[in-house]
This record gives sequence, structure tokens and C-alpha cells, in this order.
Amino acid sequence: MNKLQYKIGEHPNLPAPKTQGGIFKAIRNNLFSTWYDSIITIILIYLLLSYLPMALDWLFFSADFFVDKRSQCTSGGACWGVITARFPQYLYGFYPPELYWRPNLASLLLLVALAPILYSKISYRKYFLMFSMTYPLIAFWLLWGGFGLVPVESEKMGGLLLTLTLGVMGIALSLPIGILLALGRRSKMPAIRLFSTIFIELIRGVPMITLLFMATVLLPLFLPSDVIIDQLIRVIFIIVIFASAYMAEVIRGGLQSIRKGQYEASDVMGLSYWQSMRLIILPQALKISIPGIVNSFISLFKDTTLVIIVGMFDLLGVGRAALSNREWIGLANEVYMFIAVVFFVFCYLMSRYSLHLERRLSRSYK
Amino acid sequence: MFDIFYNKKFRSIASQFTLILFLVVVFYYFINNAIINLDRLGITSGFDFLFSRAGYDAYSPFFKFTSDSLHIDAYFVGLLNTLSVSILGIFIATILGFIMGVLRLSNNWLVSKLVYLVVEFKRNVPVLIWIIIWYFGVFLQLPSAKKAININDSIFISNRGLYFPSPVFSEGAIAILIAFIGAIIINFFYVKRAKKIHIKTGKQSPIFLVSLLLIIGLPVVTYFVTNQPIEWVIPELKGFNFKGGMALKPEFVALLMGLAVYTSAHIAEIVRAGILSVPKGQIEAGMSFNITRNQMMKMVVIPQALRLIIPPLTSQYLNLMKNSSLAVAVGYMDLTATTGGITLNQTGQAIECILMIMGTYLLLSLLISAIMNYVNKKVQLVER
Repeated sequence: MNKLQYKIGEHPNLPAPKTQGGIFKAIRNNLFSTWYDSIITIILIYLLLSYLPMALDWLFFSADFFVDKRSQCTSGGACWGVITARFPQYLYGFYPPELYWRPNLASLLLLVALAPILYSKISYRKYFLMFSMTYPLIAFWLLWGGFGLVPVESEKMGGLLLTLTLGVMGIALSLPIGILLALGRRSKMPAIRLFSTIFIELIRGVPMITLLFMATVLLPLFLPSDVIIDQLIRVIFIIVIFASAYMAEVIRGGLQSIRKGQYEASDVMGLSYWQSMRLIILPQALKISIPGIVNSFISLFKDTTLVIIVGMFDLLGVGRAALSNREWIGLANEVYMFIAVVFFVFCYLMSRYSLHLERRLSRSYK
Repeated sequence: MFDIFYNKKFRSIASQFTLILFLVVVFYYFINNAIINLDRLGITSGFDFLFSRAGYDAYSPFFKFTSDSLHIDAYFVGLLNTLSVSILGIFIATILGFIMGVLRLSNNWLVSKLVYLVVEFKRNVPVLIWIIIWYFGVFLQLPSAKKAININDSIFISNRGLYFPSPVFSEGAIAILIAFIGAIIINFFYVKRAKKIHIKTGKQSPIFLVSLLLIIGLPVVTYFVTNQPIEWVIPELKGFNFKGGMALKPEFVALLMGLAVYTSAHIAEIVRAGILSVPKGQIEAGMSFNITRNQMMKMVVIPQALRLIIPPLTSQYLNLMKNSSLAVAVGYMDLTATTGGITLNQTGQAIECILMIMGTYLLLSLLISAIMNYVNKKVQLVER
């Protein structure tokens, strides 16, 4: 026994032995906790070490980034020329190059319109929000032209511009319609309830393609032959209809979670139906359903790719057009990888945001 | 005098009446236009076109479809193709999804992070892109039939599809089928009895082992007893393609893989959330019963997790079935491609065709919902 160096009760807290704490313990607990864990870890590390360098080499180090033809890709890696040589097309489709400032301005304004929605602590939020409400109209005017701007045909829009236009228009318009449908489905008036229920279930029961076919094939039949509606408008209409049915169900979930006392309290206050919805019920219900709403935005954004089936050139459509070009034939890997990564970035950011909201909201309820 | 506008009952009736009137007017307008337009195009409405010659090719493994077949045959080919890709897709997606969902919760940091990356990448890229990647990026880039990947001289993988041996049944083969059905029936009674004994005495019987032996063993034994009545036809390279054997077309496999991979990522997230939702106290209580970890998972965690898993799983199944209509993008002959595509374009009977496919998809949706609701009822908490 050694002599006591410390008085009883004054022994300082010593760090754990090196192998029992810190990074060693973390590695052992997380990677080598059992014998089969160790085997799996070693196999995975081996696979990563042998394939990751190869993949990186193909993707970046021995890839050709700026070439004009496939035949100029000689270094054996990816041939990114198929993207870089037509990069404006991926962004704008066939939009006239001298008018690129208009989509650019529209996307800049989109950020301004999004700011008050994403950050609640912004100053003058009320005025920003009013701008966000009018944004779809402004974007519409900027992109299509008219009223002093050179009009651009909708067929000229393509690439990421079209994808974002469909996505943003769909999101902005489907939310109010979704709210109305959700309220309609919970309405006390039988005709309105029946209409909303049938509408929602009908739309949710069929694939979006059949609705898109309806827009391209059936709608012209149902209108007088001299009325021709622009295809882009028809497609946006279908996307809005489709998304609003899903949105309605998400919001209905939020409405159902509001206690009955809230409805009764707003009745006691002498508020009319619309007043009580606007001031009492919807603010609470929407707050609860925000994560679900963002999730349906994500699926709406992903569903915009379906427009290639009715012959529009969104990001995917431009990529496929590039692949059918003789100079770039056979570069499917590069093109699809690029498009997949673009979609991934957008959707992943949105899903992260939805998770962040979910955490923030669940905190405020505790 | 304006009191009536503030009357609740009057307002309710008035607004409903307005809606109905609006709908009637819109429908009248649409139908009137449709009649005029159809008249102008010289199309007679009705379902007679279904019994005229289709004149196009649609492949189906279950159905003999020639260019002389009728449009109604095309509809059934499409329906069968939609069903087969949906059912197989649901099957594969569920298995992959459960595996990934469990691996995502692995204690091994490397495993859970890798699975996280895979799941996020799969579910944040649109399903149409996955289908196209599987078709144009994977299957069409496989070697040609002459240089096909050869597995054990029986399975051949090329850009023409997957070819594998097909069985040819001779006379005794029916005995195997009878043995198989018999095994299932015997097994059913065995399981019933084993459960009774378990409840009565607490003794457990090796149900899983016995079932496996019965259902696989009995047909195999019959196969050898009846002098091997099944012959295998091995695909052979003739000209530019294989002949004989069974084939899975690249369009089918690409669509199946695209759908299954995309949906499995969503299912993985659902499974993970379900398992995480089981309170820790339940796991600790289960472990204190002196049972193994696997038994605890089987009897405590999974039954509780399933309650949260089944409802969102249902909507994933519905999504998969509806997404199978993206077959059009790779030229797989599903319902949307036959009746909603070629038949519609050939005959011009747009209203009828779209009504048919929409109605069919609605029915399929209802069918899946009904089955899953039944499953859901089985797993829900039984309260006293």
C-alpha cells in the first residue's frame, strides 16, 4: 500500500486510462464491439479503400471537364463535356440567351420570397410575406413576358428552369387549394364534404401519369376547338391538382389534432367560421403539419420529372436530348449521375429543413 | 329583410347549392364540347373498339399476345404486367427496406453511416430517374447476347435480358404439386397443435424448423421418388438472341429494380422510425425476462413497432403500384402503355381509355388498401 497522497474526499477526478476512454473507446464501441462487428468493419474498410480511389479517379482526377465532342475525351475518366458544353441548356432549356436576365432575376427574387418563410426572425416580416404572396405572379410575368416584356413561348422553357417553375408554381398554388379541400372534407355541409372527399380520393387513387395524359389528350376534347390552352399551363394545372389532394390529407391530419375546445372557444368568442379558421384553428393546424407539408413539397418536386413523358424538356428531358445527339452518344452514366445529384441536392436540403422544423416545433410543444 | 343572409341554415343550403350548380354547369359545358369535338373527329363513343384488332406487339409471359389480338387482350396484358411488376416490387422493396431499416440502427458506426448515405441518395432522387438509370445506365450497357455473362452455363445476363432455365413438366410432375399443397395443409395443423400445447403446458415446439422441412422437404422427396419428372430447358444462343428457357426482359427488370430500390429507401425510414418509437423501458423490461435478445425483439419490440409501421407502409405500397405506370419511360407494356398509350393513340377513344385505366388503378388502390387494413387490424393493440 502506498501512502495516501490526498486527504479523504479531496481526490481529484482523474481521466480514464487511455484505452478505456476518448478515441480508443469510441472506436472500439462503434466499430469493433463484437467479433462479427470487427469482421464487417474490416471488410467494409477494405472495400472502401479499394473502390473509393477508383471512383474518385473516374469522377474527377482523370475526367475531361471541358471538351466539345466525345471523341476528345481521351483520359479514360468521366467525360463531363456532355454537361459543360451545353450547360446553359441544362439551366434554361431553349430560353433566348439575350433574355437570361429574366429567369436569373426571378430566381434571385425567389430567394427574397423564401426568406420570410424560412426565417421567422426577419425584421419587417409582414411586408416580406406580402411580397412572397405575390411572387408567383411576378415570376409568371418575368418568365412569360407580356405587359412590356418580350413574350417567350412556353416551349422555349426547359432544363432546371422548367423543373423549378413547375415545382415552385405547384407548391405555391397547391397549398391554398389543399387547405380549402381539407376544410371542405371536414365541413358540416354534406354536398361540400362529399365533393372534397371524392375529389381527394379520386386523385390520390390514380397515378400522376394518367392525369397528365388527361391534360394532354382529354382536356382539348372537353374545350371548344378554338380554345387552345398552353401546354405548360395545363401541366401546371395538373401538378397543382395532384399535389393539393395530397396536401389536403396532410392538413386534415393537422386539423384533426386540434382539440375540440379550440373550436368551442372560438365559437364562444362570436367569431364567424372563416374568422375562427383564419385566426384560431389554421395557425395551429398548419404549424403542426409543416413537416408533412414540406415532405409533400419534396415529392411534388420529384414528380415534376414526369413531364418528360408528355414531351416537355425539363432537366431530365434536356439530358436525354443531349444523349441522343451523335456527338455525345453513350455517355448515359455522366448525364444521369449529374441529374441525380442535382435532384438530390434540392430534395436533401428540403428534407433537412423539414427535420429541423420538426425538432424546433416539438421543442416548442414541450 | 337581409336577415335571411345571416341565417346559418340558409347560408349552408345556398353555398351547397352554388357548388352543385357550378359542377353541373362545368360538366354540361365539358360534355357538350366533347360531343361536338368527337362528332367533328368522327369518333363514335362506346366500348366497341375493345373488340377490334389491336395490331401491335405487347410482351407478356403469361399470355399469348400476337398482332392479331384484340384491344381488350392488350388491356389484360397490361393489367397482368402492372400486377406482376407491382407485386414483385412490393415483395423486394419490403425485404430490402426492412434490412436497411434495421442496419441503419446498427451499433457499427460505419454500417449505419453507409446505409444512411445509401438511403438518403435513393429516396431523394426521383423514381423516374432511377428507372431510367437502371434501364439505360445498367441494362442496355450490359454485353450483347453473344458475349453474355454466363453463370454456371445456365443463367445468361445480357442486354437482351435475363435468361434462365425453364422447367418442363412431364406426367409425374403433378405429384410434386400435390406434395407441396399437402405439406402446407399438414403444416397448418401442426402449427395449430403446437400453439395449443404451448398455451396449455408452456412447452415450445420447433415450429420454424418443422415447417421448413415439411414445405421444402416433402416436394423434394417426391421429386426423387417419382423419378425426376421435371426437365430443365437451358437457354441457347441462336443468332442474335437466346432461345428456350425463361426470360426476364430488361425493361421489366429495370422497372422492377427502379421501383423496388426507390421504395425500399422509404420503407427503411419507416421501419427505423417504427423501431425507434418503442420506448426504452419496453426493451429493458423485455430483457429482464431472461430471454435472448432475438426473442425479445420478436416478442416485445417488433409487435409494437409494427403498429406504427403498417399505416405508412400501406401508402408506400400504393405509391409503388401507382409509380409502376412509369413503365412508359422504358417501354414496358403495362396498363398505361397498352390501353393508355398505343390503344388510345390508335383508336382515338381517349375518354374511354383514360376512364378504363383510371378505374383500374382506383380498384387496385382499393384492393391494396383493403388488404393492408386487414393486416393493420391484426397488429393493432387489442384492448380489454
